[in-house]
Amino acid sequence: MTRIDTVFRRLRQRGERALIPFITAGDPDRETTRRLALAMAARGADLLELGIPFSDPLADGPTIQAASNRAIAGGTHFPEVLELAGKIRTETDIPLILMGYYNPILKYGLPAAARDAAAQGVDGFIIPDLPPEEAADWRREAQAAGLAPVFLAAPTSGPARLKMLGRLTRGFLYYVSVTGITGARRELPPELLQELRDLRSLVTCPVAVGFGISEPEQVAQLAPYVDGVVVGSAIVQRIARSAGEELVREVGDFVAALKAPLRPKA
Amino acid sequence: MLPDRRGHFGKFGGRFVPETLMPALLELEEAYRRIRRDPGFRRELAWHLRHYVGRPTPLYLAHRLTHELGGPRIFLKREDLAHTGAHKINNTIGQGLLARRMGKRRLIAETGAGQHGVATATVAALLGLECDIYMGTEDIRRQRLNVMRMKLLGSRVAPVESGSCTLKDAMNEAIRDWVTNVRHTHYIIGSVAGPHPYPMLVRDFQAVLGREARAQVRRLTGKLPRCLVACVGGGSNAMGLFYPFLNDPVRFVGVEAAGHGLEGGCHSATLVAGAEGVLHGSYSYLLQDAWGNICEAHSLAPGLDYPGVGPEHAHFKETGRAEYVAVTDEEALEGFKLLARTEGILPALESAHAIAHLKTLAPQYGQDDVIIVNLSGRGDKDVEAVAEVLEGKE
Repeated sequence: MTRIDTVFRRLRQRGERALIPFITAGDPDRETTRRLALAMAARGADLLELGIPFSDPLADGPTIQAASNRAIAGGTHFPEVLELAGKIRTETDIPLILMGYYNPILKYGLPAAARDAAAQGVDGFIIPDLPPEEAADWRREAQAAGLAPVFLAAPTSGPARLKMLGRLTRGFLYYVSVTGITGARRELPPELLQELRDLRSLVTCPVAVGFGISEPEQVAQLAPYVDGVVVGSAIVQRIARSAGEELVREVGDFVAALKAPLRPKA
Repeated sequence: MLPDRRGHFGKFGGRFVPETLMPALLELEEAYRRIRRDPGFRRELAWHLRHYVGRPTPLYLAHRLTHELGGPRIFLKREDLAHTGAHKINNTIGQGLLARRMGKRRLIAETGAGQHGVATATVAALLGLECDIYMGTEDIRRQRLNVMRMKLLGSRVAPVESGSCTLKDAMNEAIRDWVTNVRHTHYIIGSVAGPHPYPMLVRDFQAVLGREARAQVRRLTGKLPRCLVACVGGGSNAMGLFYPFLNDPVRFVGVEAAGHGLEGGCHSATLVAGAEGVLHGSYSYLLQDAWGNICEAHSLAPGLDYPGVGPEHAHFKETGRAEYVAVTDEEALEGFKLLARTEGILPALESAHAIAHLKTLAPQYGQDDVIIVNLSGRGDKDVEAVAEVLEGKE
C-alpha cells in the first residue's frame, strides 16, 4: 500500500476529498518549488503533483508550456526533479506524484527512473503521452519499485476504455474534465457531472478530476462526485505573476481556499 | 506485413498520445481498414488522382544530368508536376476523402515548407471542408508565397510562436488543436510520422508514386533500377518511392539534411546523427539533448527542418534495408543549381538534397545501371530563399 492509497483511504473514511495541486518543478527555481510545496502541504494539499519540465509539452496549454520553459532555462531536468523531490520528502509525508512526458523518462532509462524516484520518496507517476497500450514496460518497472503508475481517462474514452483504465491505474484514476489541453477555464463543460457519475459505475478506484479547474466554486461543484480535484494552471499563473514571500503566501491562501469545499460539512 | 496490429515496425512506431486522442486513433484505424478495401473509395481516390492531381506523373530520363555525372542513367520521378507542385497532394487527397467518409467537417494540418499546408488547403477547398493550417512564424517568413496560396484557397493560417517557430512547434500546436476538437476534426499529418495509424496511412497513400515508378521503369528499360534516392525529413516521399520496391533487390538511399554540417549540431539529420526516443506520438529516431528534451533542427529546406523521422525509416535503418546519409545546405544548393542548369528544372530545396547526393552515388554504378531520384517538389517556392543565400555570397 503506497502513501497515495493511505491518503485516499483516510480521506474517504472522513467523508473528505483530496486537493491535488500541480506545479512545475524548478519554476521559476528549485528553491521556490520546495517552499511552495511545503506551504501547499501545510495549507491543505493532500497530494502534490510536480511537473517534470519538457521542451514539447503537447497536452499542455500556454500557462504550463511557459512554466516548463522557465524551469528548463533554470537548468531543471529530470535528475534535478528527483533531487528536489528527495529534499521535499525529508520535510513532509505528503504523497509526491511526478507528472511528465515520456521521452525524458525514457532517456533516463525506465528501470533507473523508477528505482531512483522511489529512493527519493516519490510515490507515483503520471505520464500524459503514455497510454496503457504502450505502458507495459513502464508499469512493470514502476510497480517493481513500489511506484503507482497513474493513468488518465478522458471524455472521449468511452465505457470500455474507462473500465480498462480503472483496472490498470494505481493510486487513483485521473479524469480529464475537458476534451482539450491544460489551462484555467471559467466554465467547466455542462456534461462533466454526468460523466463523473457514469464513471463511478464503471471503476472502483479513487477518481480525481483535473484540467481547467481554477476556482473554489468549481471545486465545490465537483466535490460530491470525486475523491480528489487537481488544480494546476491557476496556481502556475500565480507563480508567473509574483515572487518571494508574497508568492508563497498567496499560493498558500489559494490552496486553503480550494481545499475548504473539499472538507466534510460540519 | 508491417506495422503489426498495434502500429509497431519492429521496435519503432506505436501510439504515444494523450488518452483523449486514443479513441480517435482507433476510430481512424478502423475506418481506414474498412474503407481502403471499399471499391467505391478506391474508384473515388483513383479518379481524383488521375483527373485532379494529374497522375501518373512522368518518369523522366534526365539525359544531360546523366551525361554530366558520367555514370548510370538517372531517371527523375516528376512529383513536381503533380497538382500544387509536390507529392504532398497524394496523401491529402487520400486522407481528405477518408475524413469526408468519416463525417468530419474540418481539417487541420501542420506545415513547414508550406507544401503540405497548401496540399491540405487545396483538398479542403475541393471537398468543401473547413481548414486551419498551423505554421511556425519562422517558416511563415521564409515561405510567404505558400502562406498566400493557403489563404487564397480559403484556409486560415495560424502562426505558431513557441520553440523554434518551425515544423515541430507547428505539429505540437496542431496536436493541441486536435485534442480539443477531435470529435469533428480530422488531423492530416503530412509525413509518415506521428502515432499509428498515420505512418501506415501516409505510406499507403504515397506508395502510388512508387508503384507508378516501378511500372514505368520496367516499361522504359525492361529492368529494375539498381538504386532509389529520395530526401528524408519526416520521410513520406522516400517511403512512397521505396515501399513498392521493398521485396526487390534494389538499394534504398535516404538523404537527410546536414544543414551547416553534422559537427556543429546545426542540422536535421535525425537518422544519421540522432538517437532513439518518443516524439509526436511514435518511437523513432530524434534529435534530443542529454535529458530527452527535443533539439531544434536546422535545414535551408524548410520541409526537412524537423527533429523526428517516420518510424518505418527507423526500422529500415535498424534492419539495414535502407541506408541514410546527409548532405549540407551548401551541397543542396549545388544540387539545385545542377538540375536547373542541366535539365531546366528548379527542384524544391528538399529534393535538391537527393540530387546533390548523386555526385557520390553515380561513380558507384556503370552506364547500364539505372537510378531513380524522387523529384518530390518544384523549387519556385524556394527561389527567394536561394537568391538570398547566393546574393549573400557575392
